Amino acid sequence: MNWSKIISPRVQAIPPSGIRKFFDLASEVDNVISLGVGEPDFVTPWHIREAAFYSLEQGDTMYTSNYGLLELREEIANLLKRDYKLEYSPKNQILVTVGVSEALDLALRALLKEGEEVLLPEPCYVSYEPSALLAGGKVVRIKTRAEDNFKLRAKDLREAITPKSKVLVLCYPSNPTGATMDKADLEEIAEVVKEHNLIVLSDEIYSRLTYEGEHTSFATLEGMKKRTILFNGFSKAYAMTGWRVGYVAAPEEILQAMMKIHQYTMLCAPIVSQKAALEAVRNGDKEVEKMVKSYNQRRRVIVKGLNEIGLECFKPKGSFYVFPSIKSTGLSSEEFAERLLKEEGVVVIPGNVFGESGEGFIRCSYASSLDNIYEALKRIGRFVDKL
Amino acid sequence: MRDDILDLLKNNSKLSHEQIATMLDLSVEEVENEIVQLEKKNIIVKYSTLIDWDKTNKELVSALIDVKVTPERDFGFDAVAKRIYKFPEVSSVHLMSGGYDLSVQVEGRTMKEVALFVAEKLSTIEHVQSTATHFMLKTYKKDGVIFKGETKPAERLVVSP
Repeated sequence: MNWSKIISPRVQAIPPSGIRKFFDLASEVDNVISLGVGEPDFVTPWHIREAAFYSLEQGDTMYTSNYGLLELREEIANLLKRDYKLEYSPKNQILVTVGVSEALDLALRALLKEGEEVLLPEPCYVSYEPSALLAGGKVVRIKTRAEDNFKLRAKDLREAITPKSKVLVLCYPSNPTGATMDKADLEEIAEVVKEHNLIVLSDEIYSRLTYEGEHTSFATLEGMKKRTILFNGFSKAYAMTGWRVGYVAAPEEILQAMMKIHQYTMLCAPIVSQKAALEAVRNGDKEVEKMVKSYNQRRRVIVKGLNEIGLECFKPKGSFYVFPSIKSTGLSSEEFAERLLKEEGVVVIPGNVFGESGEGFIRCSYASSLDNIYEALKRIGRFVDKL
Repeated sequence: MRDDILDLLKNNSKLSHEQIATMLDLSVEEVENEIVQLEKKNIIVKYSTLIDWDKTNKELVSALIDVKVTPERDFGFDAVAKRIYKFPEVSSVHLMSGGYDLSVQVEGRTMKEVALFVAEKLSTIEHVQSTATHFMLKTYKKDGVIFKGETKPAERLVVSP
């Protein structure tokens, strides 16, 4: 069978993940310390796990409403009101999804006509582009720069816009750079969005992991709620990656369109995960604060350590990534990451897998124990000195 | 700042002043001064190590003793507590609410040694009405740290987006 003639060209056109290669490489090296992990190093807080056991004991093993459990949607609505003063109706403006990944896919499929353009500030999370391509869209990447701390400039956005531009994807705090955009920064973007009638997909999964200043939710900006699809979830704040539960809040019309796809493809998010999420959103604040405090301490350690090694790095205000420059070493991102792994057993992710403007940088996750971070810094320092 | 420093040290007293300063975004001098103060005021009482003795060959038996006391006029429970905590065999003493007054932890090499200490030294102290001895058989968790019994959770992937 000639599968290349059988498998959809649209899928074949998607390049393999640049991260996958490092996964394979890492499995060949002993005594590896990984700063390559994009998830919390905490296990889900016990009270949340305990709520899940209880839910299973009770026999919660059925489908839920396609939208998700009403009480969970109500709590999500309360949370958005409490944290951002945003009002969404739990009845028809909130959808519980299998992580933000599913929600993004739904949104792109619900919005895009063949060839319409998705504006993607980069370096960015690796799933956006494939999701947009699979939905029939065209991706237009917008470079951001280290000297701006990887914030999106309104001017750059404006220059990237064409008559086909439809969707802008924002992810702040950012994976992979740790960049954040404060209210004033976002207002400049909002102006362009309004001018060109864009729809904004705002992936705010790292919102709770903001260490300096306050997170601004894009929908809170004047005139933006009606053109924003807000994504968030439980994975990062509550250390619940494996539960696969996220949510989306949006104007009713687009939410209904997304819901149409969701009900036929996913039906609903797993009920146990939803029950666990319910406990998280009701009683999880104390544990979140503890984790945020711990990430913040490690953030300071790794930023200082990398700068001392000579890998210049701004102090990111959110998420759990730092994005140091490795340009001083003369190596490319891939060379640096590959050699660092082979010679010192430290896994980092080369910045170019997140987009061209990530070339010359590496992503280091500090969602790793303090001991690991110190050991990794020691090894990176030794590696850089040897070069 | 004070609570943050104490929280860090409580968890790991081996952290250097430099490390603490970086983690809390303070200067090394600030951290040093604060720790000196904490030590002087006896807020930091001692730097110790949490050991799982069950994993060693050392013979060590611990018991919790519920002690009922008739409080002394003018001195309340303090005078009796003092007579108890002065013994080196006693590792901790707390004044409790509820069914008894003092909770006393006693350590020894054998159960007999501990039991004899209670019979001969503790229960004979003036104002001690009664004692009830509970031997500790296994430590699951101490000072916020789980010792054993927990199977390791699944490892994270080494690389993920």
